[in-house]
Amino acid sequence: MQQPAYIRQTLVALRTIAWKETHRYLRIWMQTLLPPAMTMTLYFVIFGNLIGRRIGPMDGYSYMQFIAPGIIMMSVITNSYSNVVSSFFGAKFQKHIEEILVSPTPNYTILLGYLSGGVGRGLLTGLIVTIIATWFTDLRIHNLWITISVVFLTSVLFSLGGFINAIFARKFDDISIVPTFVLTPLTYLGGVFYSIKLLPESWYHVSLANPILYMVNAFRYGILGASDISIGQAYLIICLFIAALGTFSLFLLKRGVGLRT
Amino acid sequence: MQALSLRNLNKTYAGNVVALRDVNLEVAPGEFFGLLGPNGAGKSTIIGIVSSLVRKSGGSVEVFGHDIDREPWEAKTNLGLVPQEFNFNGFETVQQIVLNQAGYYGIPRREANEHARRYLRELGLWGKRNAVSRTLSGGMKRRLMIARALIHEPRLLILDEPTAGVDIELRRSMWQFLRKINGEGTTIILTTHYLEEAESLCRNIAIIDDGRIIENTNVRELLRSLKTQSFILDIRNDVRDLPTLEDFHMVPLDDGTLEVEVNSDQSLSELFRQLTDVGVEVVSMKNKANRLEELFVRLVEQGGSSGAATVES
Repeated sequence: MQQPAYIRQTLVALRTIAWKETHRYLRIWMQTLLPPAMTMTLYFVIFGNLIGRRIGPMDGYSYMQFIAPGIIMMSVITNSYSNVVSSFFGAKFQKHIEEILVSPTPNYTILLGYLSGGVGRGLLTGLIVTIIATWFTDLRIHNLWITISVVFLTSVLFSLGGFINAIFARKFDDISIVPTFVLTPLTYLGGVFYSIKLLPESWYHVSLANPILYMVNAFRYGILGASDISIGQAYLIICLFIAALGTFSLFLLKRGVGLRT
Repeated sequence: MQALSLRNLNKTYAGNVVALRDVNLEVAPGEFFGLLGPNGAGKSTIIGIVSSLVRKSGGSVEVFGHDIDREPWEAKTNLGLVPQEFNFNGFETVQQIVLNQAGYYGIPRREANEHARRYLRELGLWGKRNAVSRTLSGGMKRRLMIARALIHEPRLLILDEPTAGVDIELRRSMWQFLRKINGEGTTIILTTHYLEEAESLCRNIAIIDDGRIIENTNVRELLRSLKTQSFILDIRNDVRDLPTLEDFHMVPLDDGTLEVEVNSDQSLSELFRQLTDVGVEVVSMKNKANRLEELFVRLVEQGGSSGAATVES
């Protein structure tokens, strides 16, 4: 193999897929960026402002301050996942994924290209929701490195989840099952709106099995400096999930599951 | 080194559906090669395997000497594919589609722009470069797929039914374009239902039926093996009063139309002489089917060749 030609092809292909994916969610911003901004604003108004005033402080912070990191993380998780699952399944459904499959683009480049779209949309949505959050509460970053690294890694993880979902999906219904019946409940029960210390002991331990709890709390630690769990444990869990889902995605691409007959 | 080499290629789909049975095929560089066969014969499966969209069950495939399993990068770099179904993003513009495809092959943007300009112009799509692809007509969509497949200037271009649903005028302009790029050195493999197309364009053809290659030969040699041709004659006389001819078998079709069989050792001059002798005035004449079509039907009906002998009639 001619190494320079291979490297050039891989880099140009990665840039092409990444730009195509970015262009896609920016072109349809009314469907991709505006809805999370609207929904999260309502969360801040209803839960943070109206109900939150009656709830009082949580872990030493106002309720609005407490839920803001969780709501930002919720939008990152949902948008990273839904960007990749809808884009990759759409490409499968319309068969234009074949444009890439017949080309010499390596599988890892295909995966990285689609992840870049999911991560880009997840982070951009997170930024928009963060800006909205600052209208409602005072957010000061406790640890910038933890904040950025946790949000980035979480976005990568859920982009991988969306990718795997898209590979197995055969119809449009299949791409909404996981977000509706798995992702949303786990996010709501992942300590976005409450500290798990408030739960009875048995539910406290059940909650520890929820991976989203670690991401929400690690992110909350980055912003507020408060967390229900150990940050090191959170990084370990996120990285293990990324490694497992990334390896599985590459395995599926190599086998051509859902893509090649 | 062959442009394409298939050895003992087998494919069995889920449910034990056998699509290919030990297919062996070689296509030389610079060739304009036709792959013919009835629906479901295995043509698209072969193309799918070569382009890595279908997983083979056995055998090997080489593109310009590069095995698609061991050297997929090199094999794919040399290959361009025009699939049967439209498979581009209907929300992207014509130019985005071809430029993205160039990107997947690692072509830098400046070079990709030059290629896009060249092929979109040559295929009459330059004026539509900013049009969203789903708004194009069927013929334009076909041409877009050809432009997209050529954007990285592959050495081997495979076209799966490229002129399906395209009007005659456009089909002929596409033939002209394909002849041109073949003349410039691109090896072309074409599957088509229009046997006139294969006869006009291809030097060699393979006929596949039920997953097996039943004929693989030069088009001229194959046509030479056609011992009988049928012609339709429009005549001024009433076919009910028609005398029989000594050397030709005639079948009346309707009031003013006859079907006549002419063997390869007979001539049309002789036919016309005998018709004139019995007072039949011929207004016009045409082939009943194109010659390759006659051969094709006979080969497929008889389950292939035990060579040219089977096409003699």
